[in-house]
Amino acid sequence: MSVRPKMKELSLEERKAGFDEVEKGLARHQALPEASRCLFCHEAPCVTGCIAGIDVVGFIRRLKTRNFIGAARLAREANVFSAVCARVCPSEEQCEKPCSSTNLAEPIAISALHRFITDEELKRGIRPQKAGAPTGKKVSIIGAGPAGLTCAHELGRLGHEVTVFEAEDAPGGLMIHGIPRYRLPREIVSAEIEYALSPGVKMRTGVSVGKDISFDGVRKDSDAVFIGIGLGYRSELNTPGHDLPGVLQAGEFLRMAALGDVPELSGTVAVIGGGNVAMDAACSAVRAGASEVIVLYRRREEDMPAWEREREFAKKEGVKFQCLTVPQKFIEKDGRLTAIECVSTKLGKLDSSGRPRPEVIPGSEHTIDVDTVILATGQAPWPELSSVFGGIRLSSSGTIEVDPETLATSVEGIFAGGDAVNRGQTVVQAVADGKLAAKSINDLLS
Amino acid sequence: MVDLSLEFCGVKFPNPFTLAAAPTTDSAEMIARAFEAGWGGAILKTTSVETEVVELVYPMMSGIDLEDKKLMGLQNIDLISERHIDEVEKDVKTLKKEFPDKVVAASIMGAKKEDWQQLVRRLEAAGVDLIECSFSCPHGMPERGMGSTIGQDPELTERTARWVKEAATRVPIVIKLTPQIADITSAAAAVKRSGADGVCAINTLKSMIGVDLDTFIPYPNVGGYSTYGGYSGPAIKPVTLRCVAEIAKSVDIPIAAVGGISTWSDAVEFLLLGATNIQLCTAVMHNGFRIIEDLIDGLSVYLEEKGMNSVKELVGKALPYIVDHSKLSRDYQVVSSVNRETCIKCDVCYIACMDGAHQAIELDENRLPVIDEDKCKGCGMCETVCPVEECITLKPRES
Ligand SMILES: Cc1cc2nc3c(=O)[nH]c(=O)nc-3n(C[C@H](O)[C@H](O)[C@H](O)COP(=O)(O)OP(=O)(O)OC[C@H]3O[C@@H](n4cnc5c(N)ncnc54)[C@H](O)[C@@H]3O)c2cc1C
Ligand SMILES: Cc1cc2nc3c(=O)[nH]c(=O)nc-3n(C[C@H](O)[C@H](O)[C@H](O)COP(=O)(O)O)c2cc1C
Ligand code: SF4
Ligand code: SF4
Repeated sequence: MSVRPKMKELSLEERKAGFDEVEKGLARHQALPEASRCLFCHEAPCVTGCIAGIDVVGFIRRLKTRNFIGAARLAREANVFSAVCARVCPSEEQCEKPCSSTNLAEPIAISALHRFITDEELKRGIRPQKAGAPTGKKVSIIGAGPAGLTCAHELGRLGHEVTVFEAEDAPGGLMIHGIPRYRLPREIVSAEIEYALSPGVKMRTGVSVGKDISFDGVRKDSDAVFIGIGLGYRSELNTPGHDLPGVLQAGEFLRMAALGDVPELSGTVAVIGGGNVAMDAACSAVRAGASEVIVLYRRREEDMPAWEREREFAKKEGVKFQCLTVPQKFIEKDGRLTAIECVSTKLGKLDSSGRPRPEVIPGSEHTIDVDTVILATGQAPWPELSSVFGGIRLSSSGTIEVDPETLATSVEGIFAGGDAVNRGQTVVQAVADGKLAAKSINDLLS
Repeated sequence: MVDLSLEFCGVKFPNPFTLAAAPTTDSAEMIARAFEAGWGGAILKTTSVETEVVELVYPMMSGIDLEDKKLMGLQNIDLISERHIDEVEKDVKTLKKEFPDKVVAASIMGAKKEDWQQLVRRLEAAGVDLIECSFSCPHGMPERGMGSTIGQDPELTERTARWVKEAATRVPIVIKLTPQIADITSAAAAVKRSGADGVCAINTLKSMIGVDLDTFIPYPNVGGYSTYGGYSGPAIKPVTLRCVAEIAKSVDIPIAAVGGISTWSDAVEFLLLGATNIQLCTAVMHNGFRIIEDLIDGLSVYLEEKGMNSVKELVGKALPYIVDHSKLSRDYQVVSSVNRETCIKCDVCYIACMDGAHQAIELDENRLPVIDEDKCKGCGMCETVCPVEECITLKPRES
């Protein structure tokens, strides 16, 4: 039995030196034996594990017979952002989790195989799609993240006239402005955005709906609207000193890094938070020149919302985790951040999220000397949601409320999906939402 | 979209992929499912007249694995179908009605002239598109003077094929051949002489798949005894390739290829060697009707990449490159070359060259193989064993 292959990676020195992609993909002689390790199960569990509905076993069979392009097309048919998802999906929690091969040895390296076929496809260029026969119906999409672009693509193929409005200068959402390049190179996102737009989708960048044009105008002009505006990545931590120079917002820091303009750092950097954004901020800080990076988190490592793979990735790059620690105050000297005053916590009773609540240990105050702090404690719905998109019912957490079966909002003809709705926060969830909304919109319009 | 349709013996198949006569085609219900999945045609499992006694034994299947890979080969001691012509007639009618665009073929076997001819007449009346005659089952049936007994004798082959062809007024007759004959082209030539329309190569190879080390009873164990069976699956593909090529090069007759075909690329090889119909059995028994999706997609993408519009463009393209051994150039010389970047230093090539070839590989201080070009004859053994794709290549020698 051959074993699950590992991709080649950049060395630690190379990783620190810049934002080049760390994982290098499987070689052909790794991918083929791995594909032939697949059991080709009946009603394959891997397929049920993919929320975008990729026929996993189908693409593995095509890969195994060296029909790489056929394999790639099969995956792409279900997921417009096939190559992106092959890199950023938490596959160990999705398709790979129920894999039957786990009971023989290890789950099939589905993500790595998926990446292999998309790499083969990208080498030749993705075959664009044509717009469907015109239906005469107009759909507007607000937000060009994976949710909006997927929805636009599907509707374009069905012949609807689709226009996407994007506040930023470039489409892509967090695939362009969030996820670090060393995990997701820009060329890949760009190639897939081009594919997403290929069935005659009109793209209007630099147009913020609510600011530059009114939502009502967009609505009146269209037969249906899809809202895929994502979330705002801003920490609401009000720790004293949070507005000092030297205290950065992770969202903004990662955005600059993603645009190729990372702020130069030095000395010790503390990242506050335990999610994936914190891990990405920490590893980006490593690349930005920090000599030491510490993640401060108020519970234990195993309670971190960051995926295990992301935590291991960060640890490999020398990022230290200081758990059960809460910052109380950012301390300055001559207007410059110099240290964090922290307290230690212990875990108490379970809270509403089912995790033990961190309780401050009296007398545990201590300081940590730092040069920079990056706040990575949260993302929240855009505050202007209710005013701009007036009339749409919001959930208690401030996201858009939708019917989970159709993604219809409380207002007829308006649909929403992706981060703006579920806070599930994965690209693949956004893709799945985009597809579902496109189906509902098409049903409504035909 | 590329055109996958292909004519075989005057019958148009929507795609060349056809279910061979086997357990996968032993009922209309199964074939209907296969057609729905995308198969172009099916040959109902071999049937016979009502008076023919067919008594099966169980278990009848045994596989041989290549280490951890299941089913490199499959042996069966199945016989022809237990379902006689009366039932097969009905299946043909049902299937033709439900799937007018698919090719519904039947396979027959008879003990005497009247049987063969009766089978043909009744199937024609039922509306069958093509009839295949098994002259080739290597186990069980030969004990009764049927199956490969006929196929191994060109005279018997010609005579029997004539009987069948005589009875047929409308449908083409295809004779399924056995590879168990010194010269398969003599059997194909006999079919040609008989006036029958095509050949199908090959049926299974007579085999014994293994022996139980504890009971000493060979597999499969049927109540304490075993017997010889018919060998199929990926392991026999090279034999089928050879048979198809030999026939295509010497007899002008349509050929259906069967034996060891599992993937679209196998199919391409057979088309290149001149086959115009592609049949599968073991691969379907292993992975199900659904493999048709991969077969069709793989073949389509391949044709597209080659810039071809139709599968017809492939047929026979490899044949000009096959010559007798004596015609091969003695001046053509190659030498092995190792890619030092991708080599994983397993030194499997070293062992193979040391103990199986010309002692032309040395290892440097990093265990990297170094080819001694003076000693290397370019036999290709090292390339054959290297686990890394395109790591060892044979390059023409500069003379
Ligand atoms: C640092 C980081 C790392 C991540 N890592 C991963 C990962 O590894 N794997 C994974 O699956 N997911 C990851 N995610 C999450 C993933 O990026 C998101 O879940 C996904 O991008 C959500 O897609 P979306 O289309 O809903 O929204 P977004 O990608 O946020 O796109 C929304 C778009 O709408 C635009 N917009 C907003 N308001 C307006 C308006 N009023 N008018 C016009 N346009 C507007 C925005 O500019 C943006 O371009 C990560 C996120 C971050 C921040
Ligand atoms: C279980 C079994 C039963 C078969 N029965 C028949 C049969 O009834 N008639 C026939 O012509 N061939 C029969 N065959 C032979 C197949 O049609 C085919 O020629 C052979 O299996 C080689 O093809 P493969 O390698 O794709 O299996 C049988 C094969 C198997 C494995
Ligand atoms: S569950 Fe695992 S073994 Fe089964 S088909 Fe999917 S990838 Fe293959
Ligand atoms: S068999 Fe291939 S990989 Fe192994 S040592 Fe030889 S050249 Fe290198």
